[in-house]
Amino acid sequence: MDAPRGPRSLAVVPAVGIRVVGATLTYRGDIVFRDLAVDFDPGLTSCLLGPSGVGKSSLLRMIAGLAPSGGRVMGSDGGPLAGRIAYMDQRDLLLPWLRVIDNVTLGSRLRGTRADRPAARALLERVGLQGNAADYPRTLSGGMRQRVALARTLMEDRPVVLMDEPFSALDALTRLRLQDLSAELLAGRTVVMVTHDPFEALRLADRIYVLSGRPAELGEALLIPNYPPRDPTAGGLAALHHELLDRLKAADAGSEPERRPAARRHAAGAP
Amino acid sequence: MRRLGFLLTFAGIVAAWQGLVSVTGVAPYILPGPLAVGRALVLHAGALLGHAATTAAEIALGLGLGTGLGFASAVAIGYLRPARRWLMPLLVVSQAVPVFAIAPLLVLWLGYGMVSKVAMATLIIYFPIATSFIDGLRRTEPGWLDLARTMTAGRPGAAWACFRHIRIHAGLPALASGVRLGAAIAPIGAIIGEWVGSNAGLGYLMLHANARMKVDLMFAALAVLAVLAVALFVAVDATCRRLLHWLPEGLPTEARTDWEEQR
Repeated sequence: MDAPRGPRSLAVVPAVGIRVVGATLTYRGDIVFRDLAVDFDPGLTSCLLGPSGVGKSSLLRMIAGLAPSGGRVMGSDGGPLAGRIAYMDQRDLLLPWLRVIDNVTLGSRLRGTRADRPAARALLERVGLQGNAADYPRTLSGGMRQRVALARTLMEDRPVVLMDEPFSALDALTRLRLQDLSAELLAGRTVVMVTHDPFEALRLADRIYVLSGRPAELGEALLIPNYPPRDPTAGGLAALHHELLDRLKAADAGSEPERRPAARRHAAGAP
Repeated sequence: MRRLGFLLTFAGIVAAWQGLVSVTGVAPYILPGPLAVGRALVLHAGALLGHAATTAAEIALGLGLGTGLGFASAVAIGYLRPARRWLMPLLVVSQAVPVFAIAPLLVLWLGYGMVSKVAMATLIIYFPIATSFIDGLRRTEPGWLDLARTMTAGRPGAAWACFRHIRIHAGLPALASGVRLGAAIAPIGAIIGEWVGSNAGLGYLMLHANARMKVDLMFAALAVLAVLAVALFVAVDATCRRLLHWLPEGLPTEARTDWEEQR
C-alpha cells in the first residue's frame, strides 16, 4: 500500500506544527507532569496513548488553550496557536437548539461573520448527511451526530485539529467508518488525537506517543509508515502493534502503585 | 380518554356539592349550590366578562413585564460581575418583603387603577423568573463553552458572543420553568391588588358581592377566575413547549464519564 504523496497535499491550509515547552500541571497538589516538552510535526497525525488519569486530555486542553499550561504552547512557526485550532470532543457537543447546518457553521455565528452555507452543505455531503441539513440534533443517531461534529470541525478549516477520543462513544462499525472518513478529510492538517485504543492509533497515526509515569513523561514517538487509514492487521504493522502494546503495558505497570488506593476506595464504597 | 376522566371527576364534584347543599339545607348566603352559581353566572354574564377582562389584562401585563424584568436582570447578573454584587441582594430583598405587605403602598402610590395591580403581579413573579433563569445561565454544559472558546480564541467580544449564542439559549428551558411558575402565581398578585383597593376586576367584584351577601355571584366570579387562571397556564405552557421544541426527550446523559474515570 504505497500510497503516493498526492492525497496528503490536498490540504487548503498551510500546515503548522505544535511546540510545547515546559508544560506543567498539578492536580490537587499532585504533579501530573512537569516541564513537558514535545513537538508535533506539521501535517501529520499524532496519537496520544497512556494509562488512565495520566494527563492525556489535560495536555490536549492545554494545547487548545482551555487550561493554563505553566509553560509555552505555540506553533512550530513561533506564532500563537489561538485561532488556528479546531477542537473535537468525545461528545458531539451539538447545540440542540440549532439545526444541523447551523451547528456546522457555529464558528462563524460566534465570530459574527457570514456563514459559508454552500461550503457547509458540501461538507455535510462529504460526511453523508446532505439530507439532514435542516434537522435538529435530537432526531439524529449517535453516529450521525458525531459526523456532524466532524463536519463542524472541518468547517473551521484550521491547520491544527485536536481530538479527544473522538470516536470512543460509537459502536465498532460506525467507529471504523468515521476513522476512514476523518483520515481522508483531515489529511494534511496537524492532528493530535487522544485515544485509548491502540488499534485506532495504528489505523490513523503517523506518530504514536505514550504518556506514562508520575510526573508523566512522553516516550519517544513510534513512527508508523504509510498513509492512514491503514489496516492494522496487515503484515507490516504486527510488529509495531506488539511494540506499542509492550510500551502500554510498561506504562501501566509504572502507574500501578498510584492506582491501587483508588481501587481500594471503590471496594470500600461498595455496600 | 384523559379528558373524559377529567370531565367525569369534575361532574362528580359538582354533583356532590349540589347533593351536600340539598341534603343539609345550608343557607344560600353561606354556601350556594352549583345551580344557584350557574344562575348568577348567566344573570351577571356581562359584568363578569367586563371585570374578567380587566383582571386578565392585569395578569397578562404583569406576566409580560415580570418576564422581561426577570430576563433582563438575570442576563445582567449572569454576564456582568459587578451587577451580580449589586443586583443579587436587591433580588433577595424583593422576595424577603412579602408583596402582600406592600400592596397598600402600591395602591397609595399608583392609584386604584390597573397600574398598581400590574405592578403587584410583576413583583410577585419577578423573583421566581429571575432566579430560575440565573440558575439556567449558570448551568451551561462546559463542553459547549470550551468549544466556543476554541472557535472565538483571540477575538474581541468573544465572551459576549459565547454568552449570547450559547449561555442564553442553554438557559431558556430554565427560564421556561420560571415563566410557567409565574403564570400560575401572577393571578394572586392581581387579585390581592384588587382586594386592597380598586374599582374594577374580579377581585373587586368578589369583595363587592361578599359585602352584599351575594355569595352566588362571588362563587361565579371565583369560577371565572379559575377558568382564566387555568387557560393562562395552559396557553403559557403550550407556548413554552412550542418554543423549546428542540429539547431532547428525557435528560441528556452528557456527564463526563470517559473510560478513564470508569476504570
